Amino acid sequence: MSYDAETIRKLNEMAKTLRRDVVEMVGPGQAGHFGGSFSSAELVTALYFSKMHYDPKNPKLADRDRFLLSKGHVAVLQYAAMARAGYFPVEELSTLKKIGSRLQGHPDVKKLPGIEANTGSLGQGLSIALGISLGLKLDNLPSRVYVLIGDGELDEGQIWEGAMAAANFKADNLVAIVDRNLIQATDFTAKRMDSGDIPAKWAAFGWNVIEIDGHDMEAVLAAYDEAETVKGKPTVIIANTVKGKGLSFAENTAAFHNGTLNEELYAKALEELK
Amino acid sequence: MSETNCRTAYGKTLVELGRENKNIVALEADLGKSTMSSLFEAEFPERHFEMGIAEANMASTAAGLALAGKIPFIHSFAVFAAGRDYDQLRQTIGIGGLKVRVCGSSAGLSDFSDGSTHQSVEDIALMRAIPGMTVICPADANETVAAVKAMVDIDGPAYIRICRNPIELITDENKPFEIGKSYVMKDGTDIALFATGLMVTKALEAAKALEGEISVRVINVPTLKPVCRESMIEAAKGCRGVVTAEEHSLVGGLGSIVSMMLSEECKPIGYVGIHDQYGCSAHNYDELLVHYGLTTEKVIEKVREISKIAK
Repeated sequence: MSYDAETIRKLNEMAKTLRRDVVEMVGPGQAGHFGGSFSSAELVTALYFSKMHYDPKNPKLADRDRFLLSKGHVAVLQYAAMARAGYFPVEELSTLKKIGSRLQGHPDVKKLPGIEANTGSLGQGLSIALGISLGLKLDNLPSRVYVLIGDGELDEGQIWEGAMAAANFKADNLVAIVDRNLIQATDFTAKRMDSGDIPAKWAAFGWNVIEIDGHDMEAVLAAYDEAETVKGKPTVIIANTVKGKGLSFAENTAAFHNGTLNEELYAKALEELK
Repeated sequence: MSETNCRTAYGKTLVELGRENKNIVALEADLGKSTMSSLFEAEFPERHFEMGIAEANMASTAAGLALAGKIPFIHSFAVFAAGRDYDQLRQTIGIGGLKVRVCGSSAGLSDFSDGSTHQSVEDIALMRAIPGMTVICPADANETVAAVKAMVDIDGPAYIRICRNPIELITDENKPFEIGKSYVMKDGTDIALFATGLMVTKALEAAKALEGEISVRVINVPTLKPVCRESMIEAAKGCRGVVTAEEHSLVGGLGSIVSMMLSEECKPIGYVGIHDQYGCSAHNYDELLVHYGLTTEKVIEKVREISKIAK
């Protein structure tokens, strides 16, 4: 499937809107996961505003596609996408992390309709996604399951248990997206735990591997489309991204993995995301 | 059912439930011949998922299946089912309130041969600590059947610990089973003896041996969470003292529960259980139970001790 320039332009605009929403939602003086949200913005935008089938007015729609945020700490990005998609009013974003809010620091399935699973204890989202994909197959539903994984998260052994099992069960309705922004919580992944040749590892586990520039909207869409054509094995999209993408001062630094914008940087961020 | 082996009773019941409810699925971590989920696999291969030796992935996959509307039963030895995937049970299944059922097989010291690494002395404590988790420890095969049936409809996660070895049948197979309820197995007026799992058998034997000397009321506590405080107080009513008996650590097990529930009753309480220790290998189950003081004789001793100090 090919996409015209106007569609791509609108999706890129949406990705920028989500980044701005994240900045406003977290606000000045509070810590927020800007780095990993901004590296994932195009990957998530393409799902919510082009690829996925769902109905925000009926979050339990039986044949909806599922999105799971294994890197649950970037819930802010998902909340922005869900608000813009119509799950809840954009104004509700300002309740983030307030006591009683549906918008918790990590996604909560019991609090916010449209969230598919509680995630954030890292390394578990892929396995949960596999369970959903097996359940969908038992019910002969055509839905697809997308799970976004951080590259730091690949340190977790359960990722590889899940990778082995998904290939074993030929979960071709399952797509894992690795946000390869090269930085984990405290430093570059290569310095904290060098995960080596990531595409080769997934291929060796029996997955169909697609590698893309995770900020190239057309490439992101093409990867999701290609994944849909692959039968008999799950697909992983290794998305090469830039941590903090879109904010000059936050790009490629671990400081904004979970960083705080002072008033000055807050104003600068909104200016850069105009 | 004249089956005396709890795990066989478990496996057969799961098959029976699987026939009635197509949403029931089973996941196994390569111990199906021990947990007896193999019976489910034989009858429903399409609803059985062999997950290999990867308990964490099994638990999270079960979470996904529950989120897709299924009722997954996951299986391993209790020590692994409650310990190795504790985080997965807590984070997605517990917080999400998902209908995942955890079968902790070969529980307590019942895997006598394999030693401390395979014997669960703290699984009840771990599972009880998860908010919203139901915890069940049946006394025999009949109660296992009833408990597994009752588990299906629990709204939220549930854990059941199953003994590896045969236990004499002491409960009536037609007895209704209600989650959260305790059952008086034998009435008495001096000492209220609360027991769970295998130790209910020992408690009944102890009460019988003490007839004419001390009148012992035996209360079977198959549900360790939720526990109804009022009914536990009621069960101890009129008795001068209390004794608990369990095949589990005294840290966080039945003894802890009874102490908390009866704290305002101001009765002396004595405990039979495992004293903050790991298990060890033995040549047979009974020998190991003797080594850890989980015997009828030790229950009798404890009842006498409490009876002496209870006014």
